[in-house]
Amino acid sequence: MYSASAIDKATEFCFLLCHETSYNYKYSIRVPVTESNPHHCDPIIPLLLAMTIIPSKMMASTMLSLVSAALPLQENHKGKMNLGSSDCSSFLRKEKRNPFMKTKSFGRINMAIAVNTSRFEGVTMAPPDPILGVSEAFRADNSEMKLNLGVGAYRTEELQPYVLNVVKKAENLMLERGENKEYLPIEGLAAFNKVTAELLFGAGNPVIEQQRVATVQGLSGTGSLRLAAALIERYFPGAKVLISSPTWGNHKNIFNDARVPWSEYRYYDPKTVGLDFDGMISDIKAAPEGSFVLLHGCAHNPTGIDPTPEQWEKIADVIQEKNHIPFFDVAYQGFASGSLDADASSVRLFAARGMELLVAQSYSKNLGLYAERIGAINVVCSSADAAARVKSQLKRIARPMYSNPPIHGARIVANVVGDPALFNEWKEEMELMAGRIKNVRQKLFDSLSAKDKCGKDWSFILKQIGMFSFTGLSKVQSENMTNKWHVYMTKDGRISLAGLSLAKCEYLADAIIDSFHCVS
Amino acid sequence: MAFRTGISRRMMIRSGFGLRSMSSWWGSVEPAAKDPILGVTEAFLADPSPDKVNVGVGAYRDDNGKPVVLECVREAERRIAGKLNMEYLPMGGSVNMVEETLKLAYGENSEFIKDKRIAAVQALSGTGACRLFADFQKRFRPDSQIYIPVPTWANHHNIWRDAQVPQRTFHYYHPETKGLDFASLMDDVKNAPNGSFFLLHACAHNPTGVDPSEEQWKEISYQFKVKGHFAFFDMAYQGFASGDPERDAKSIKIFLEDGHLIGIAQSYAKNMGLYGQRVGCLSLLCEDEKQAVAVKSQLQQIARPMYSNPPVQGALIVSTILGDPELKKLWLKEVKVMADRIIGMRTALRENLEKLGSPLSWEHITNQIGMFCYSGLTPEQVDRMTNEFHIYMTRNGRISMAGITTGNVSYLANAIHEVSKSA
Repeated sequence: MYSASAIDKATEFCFLLCHETSYNYKYSIRVPVTESNPHHCDPIIPLLLAMTIIPSKMMASTMLSLVSAALPLQENHKGKMNLGSSDCSSFLRKEKRNPFMKTKSFGRINMAIAVNTSRFEGVTMAPPDPILGVSEAFRADNSEMKLNLGVGAYRTEELQPYVLNVVKKAENLMLERGENKEYLPIEGLAAFNKVTAELLFGAGNPVIEQQRVATVQGLSGTGSLRLAAALIERYFPGAKVLISSPTWGNHKNIFNDARVPWSEYRYYDPKTVGLDFDGMISDIKAAPEGSFVLLHGCAHNPTGIDPTPEQWEKIADVIQEKNHIPFFDVAYQGFASGSLDADASSVRLFAARGMELLVAQSYSKNLGLYAERIGAINVVCSSADAAARVKSQLKRIARPMYSNPPIHGARIVANVVGDPALFNEWKEEMELMAGRIKNVRQKLFDSLSAKDKCGKDWSFILKQIGMFSFTGLSKVQSENMTNKWHVYMTKDGRISLAGLSLAKCEYLADAIIDSFHCVS
Repeated sequence: MAFRTGISRRMMIRSGFGLRSMSSWWGSVEPAAKDPILGVTEAFLADPSPDKVNVGVGAYRDDNGKPVVLECVREAERRIAGKLNMEYLPMGGSVNMVEETLKLAYGENSEFIKDKRIAAVQALSGTGACRLFADFQKRFRPDSQIYIPVPTWANHHNIWRDAQVPQRTFHYYHPETKGLDFASLMDDVKNAPNGSFFLLHACAHNPTGVDPSEEQWKEISYQFKVKGHFAFFDMAYQGFASGDPERDAKSIKIFLEDGHLIGIAQSYAKNMGLYGQRVGCLSLLCEDEKQAVAVKSQLQQIARPMYSNPPVQGALIVSTILGDPELKKLWLKEVKVMADRIIGMRTALRENLEKLGSPLSWEHITNQIGMFCYSGLTPEQVDRMTNEFHIYMTRNGRISMAGITTGNVSYLANAIHEVSKSA
């Protein structure tokens, strides 16, 4: 049948066991068998007879490296050994597909052990991301009428992505200079950290002059929030973060993964489609002293509803009263009103009161640097010493996450903001972007008011600010927008006006009116 | 300064808060210890001495001691300049980049790629890939531990610690031979509970430069099979070690042939010189396509609250280079140049030390491979290197060969000889 040399002490066999799991994929593995071993393999002998034979010299060469130890077959395989079953014969047919068996080129006794089940067998399919998943669904839709009002990425009137002119100029400068690609320090590009803090607080602000701000470059808004969340978890164990209801979906994920408990404060009032100010104040007051209060610096996401300056003062009052720590998410500075300074006024108000606070920044929208992942976490402390210590601990959090942040986006920002001509040009482009959104809001409002026979008050569209509008549409109504009208949006009723053109306003108005009045 | 402080104090008192508010929330925050590796470069930069040498951080330098941007990278940058799209990448990163990266690790014609059995996502270089895996391990195998070699890259410990995965160690480096402690390594593998998770360096072990031989890898793989262990490979130096990427991935190939379902962290920091761009990849070989899809979706769930989606620039550079046969050929050539220069410096350092009449054996310098050499110097000797000779390295005695040039190799050899001759 097969030569004695094929079963000498150093013989190599591969064993095939059919593994009874739902995953029928099998692989080959060569294990050595000693003379004493074959009795373990007795059940396999009949199967052996069905196999082809390895030429003895081939076996000798493959044997060199293998330790001849008895293979404890029984212990290592969770599945049953199911030999001679139909599974095995079907495997034999599949055998040719096996990448490492090379049965075509030479015959061999070939039995492969189905490897122990994956460690990650129990891993279930994660749900699609509610925001980023919308664009995926949009891409899959073939309708001509389709409209993507899902993710907050700015589009031109032609509904094309927009790379700012200043960014192109900055990139050209960088290309000409031929800069190297060395690691940034853990805290990021120094030139970037300097300009980002100045942009936020104003160049001459006492917090900067007194070196009381710990600024660390982060991976856009998300990454910066995550660094802050990890800092909170480490130094304020048990402290809660209060987040608005509703808020950007990923906030909860960030605090969950950072193991920071959170609770919600009332924010959106569906009756007025405006701010539930009393509810907000009340909930902030009721929270345990020393909680972190997550505030959107401007252009609240997803509602577009911002407190007035007077309301901001009252919010600051109650936060100070309760010894809470304000934590700003500033993702739209410049994008909301068109003015960088005006959009930073809430943060500056709090800083002027001498409060310690945290601010996460992002350049995804206002500089269109979405995919470059550029932002920063700023922690305003009451002393330069505290700021230095906090910065060192933020670095300690970043190092085991990604070591040091990516250079490209940081250099672009540093070049744009650091150069007076480019900076001015940027301000102009920002005004254009914010202006386009305001125009679209106006047109949408006009269309809705003209078309809606039920006399609903659509003025909230004009009162809201920034990229998003909270339409007040329910989940079911939002689904109707997508299913019937091919308008893609998030299920919380949020539409991204950045993805809307003047040309499409009437169509959208029809869709909204239909969903609002005819679907419940 | 005092004037300004006075004003803010008064403002606060006016607003009803006493000096109590001046005390910081951050009173309990201690200054963090300096990162042992990155802190070396900081110290080096601050040193005014003209003789100073930086053999600390593992970033490649040319023979003039200058950082290098590869030609293929510059060309790729020119091609992608003025790109009209800076839209978010998917959470899993650039599909093109990931596909090309998997080919490097699993083989150009890998069946696993064809059968879509690999769950893979773009990651923030090697660190990010390891961290995604560590978090994934914690989430889906909460009772597991990670076995880490002694010694290893210091940040490995930070990564698994912050992911809250308990750590164990296994023997690796043999101080007496300055080589691999293979017998103890195998003992540790055998004594670990079945189904343990192990971190392995695929090639060019950091910090020692000591790699198992091919035969030894086969034995390790076999024993892993016996014990049902999970192998996670950190491959940060593919191409950089021997100059041949295929050869450098041999350990992985052996494990794949033996049927292991492995995980791999890949980085382009060194082999493409893309350090600051933070480009890498995490992959997990699964039983089938369905499982790979599920695993990938869960990896994305971990990435989303960490950074949402990865940066695009580096990924574009990688996929431009690897997707163009000419550029890829150029890259392979340039990687070989870097590896060869390092190998040349190893030879030169050893020869210099032997010429100086050092009583110690310096064979290990040329036996070891990759960017680093574990010199065998003690922390005290390292301190002398820095204080007396302005030579910067990490206190574990690790020398980054990339920092050695024909211009400084004899100075370095002399310093090593001076601090070690009486040892």
